[in-house]
Amino acid sequence: MEQLTNRRKVIESKPLNFLERAYLPAILSGLRITGKHFFRKSVTIQYPEQKREFSENFRGQHSLKRDEEGRERCTACGLCALSCPAEAITMIAAERQKGEEHLYREEKYAAVYEINMLRCIFCGLCEEACPKEAIYLDGDIVPSSFTRKDFIYGKDKLVEKPLNQ
Amino acid sequence: MEFALIAQKFILIVVIFGISLLAAMYSTYAERKVAAFFQDRVGPNRAGPLGILQPLADGAKMFMKEEIIPTRANPFLFIVGPSLAIMTACIGSAVIPWGQQMVIGSTVVDLQVTDINVGVLYIFGVVSLGVYGIMIGGWASNNKYSLLGAIRAASQNISYEIAMGLSIIALLMITGTLSLRDITAQQHGFWNGHWFTWNVFKQPLGFLLFMVCAFAETNRSPFDLPECETELVGGYHTEYSSMKLGFYLFAEYINMFVSSAVMATLYFGGYNYPFMDVVNAHLGLTWGPLVGTLVLFIKIVAFIFFFMWVRWTIPRFRYDQLMDLGWKILIPLAIVNIVITGLIYNFK
Repeated sequence: MEQLTNRRKVIESKPLNFLERAYLPAILSGLRITGKHFFRKSVTIQYPEQKREFSENFRGQHSLKRDEEGRERCTACGLCALSCPAEAITMIAAERQKGEEHLYREEKYAAVYEINMLRCIFCGLCEEACPKEAIYLDGDIVPSSFTRKDFIYGKDKLVEKPLNQ
Repeated sequence: MEFALIAQKFILIVVIFGISLLAAMYSTYAERKVAAFFQDRVGPNRAGPLGILQPLADGAKMFMKEEIIPTRANPFLFIVGPSLAIMTACIGSAVIPWGQQMVIGSTVVDLQVTDINVGVLYIFGVVSLGVYGIMIGGWASNNKYSLLGAIRAASQNISYEIAMGLSIIALLMITGTLSLRDITAQQHGFWNGHWFTWNVFKQPLGFLLFMVCAFAETNRSPFDLPECETELVGGYHTEYSSMKLGFYLFAEYINMFVSSAVMATLYFGGYNYPFMDVVNAHLGLTWGPLVGTLVLFIKIVAFIFFFMWVRWTIPRFRYDQLMDLGWKILIPLAIVNIVITGLIYNFK
């Protein structure tokens, strides 16, 4: 038969000789191996204090972006909610009133914007679907909590801090 | 005079009891730390600096947990099991000589609770009682896994005790006494001008056999079949919770401490160390023996470390392999060892 790789190795299964059957040499070589590991540097990263660097395309907690004048970019078009395979996003749209032009960029905005972090699979499709570049998954790891309702993130947690702060 | 002696022994007992409990407590911590180091991890490090308060946290947890006695279990024997295990583990250290005689003022203090002339036999008796704790607990749980664990513990201890006894017989042939104090005194220093004084150099095979059997008697890996979690959930302590479980685990570590002490005493010279006479002459008879005690503890710690090293290296034996090793290899080897010892000491 033609060889698929050159890594093939024919293994001989000879009966064990006396030294191999006597356990002790094998145990000693095992002890030597673990002994070497005893002095090796540990690979542990002490998580909350120490963090490993995220990769460039890491997707973490969502943030709703503001434009260069500090206005919310989201127009509550609903494309992110539509694209979401886990159906984690819900929103209620509202019309911008007079005098709110400095808060919202377009005439329509999201009065309520909630993401259920227990449903979210961090696939990034909302990010891709957004025509206004309003949502990005550029945050940290979503922290744990004791109750389910703590995982429904509203605008208070999602919207970026205003520019002047 | 009589009262002074009782007070002296009482203090000694309390100190030894405290030390062996403390050693067992920190063995659990050491076990986790050593395991972590062998696996390139850090181990417990959150409770206190470097995690040294971890045993206290574990102990508090054990005490706080709900105590469950299964409805179908035999409640009396269910409680007797762990009590017996911890009790037999604690009384084993009574005959171990922790140091030379200490002279404080005009009184001579033996650093040994009692020097009975059958010390080795006493230890054997106590060790073989230890299996009753496991057996009774396993049987009283009324659980198939516990029962299987108990059966394994019993058969394992019975078969390994024979090899252990036989390996000790060869040792007793050269020491000529059963008293642990005399055995230790015979190993004075390190080099007597002809040969090493420590028994391990006179009985290398016997020591090896004794150590293997000690692993089996303390139910340590690779002989931890009575509680192997992959096959028997938790073995004999499957149904145990709270401090009763804690007592079983604690008993294992105290057993480890005591058998390390016995191995150090019988084979590695106990409190003896090279140039001990020079040190004793310098420090006097009050503080000199304490150096010996310290040396004994260093040996014990080394043995405990070795126990752990082996645990995190070797997988556990299969049940039939365990019996094969005990009956077909260790016992014949022990008998051969006796014959060789007899021949050498007859024709020398």
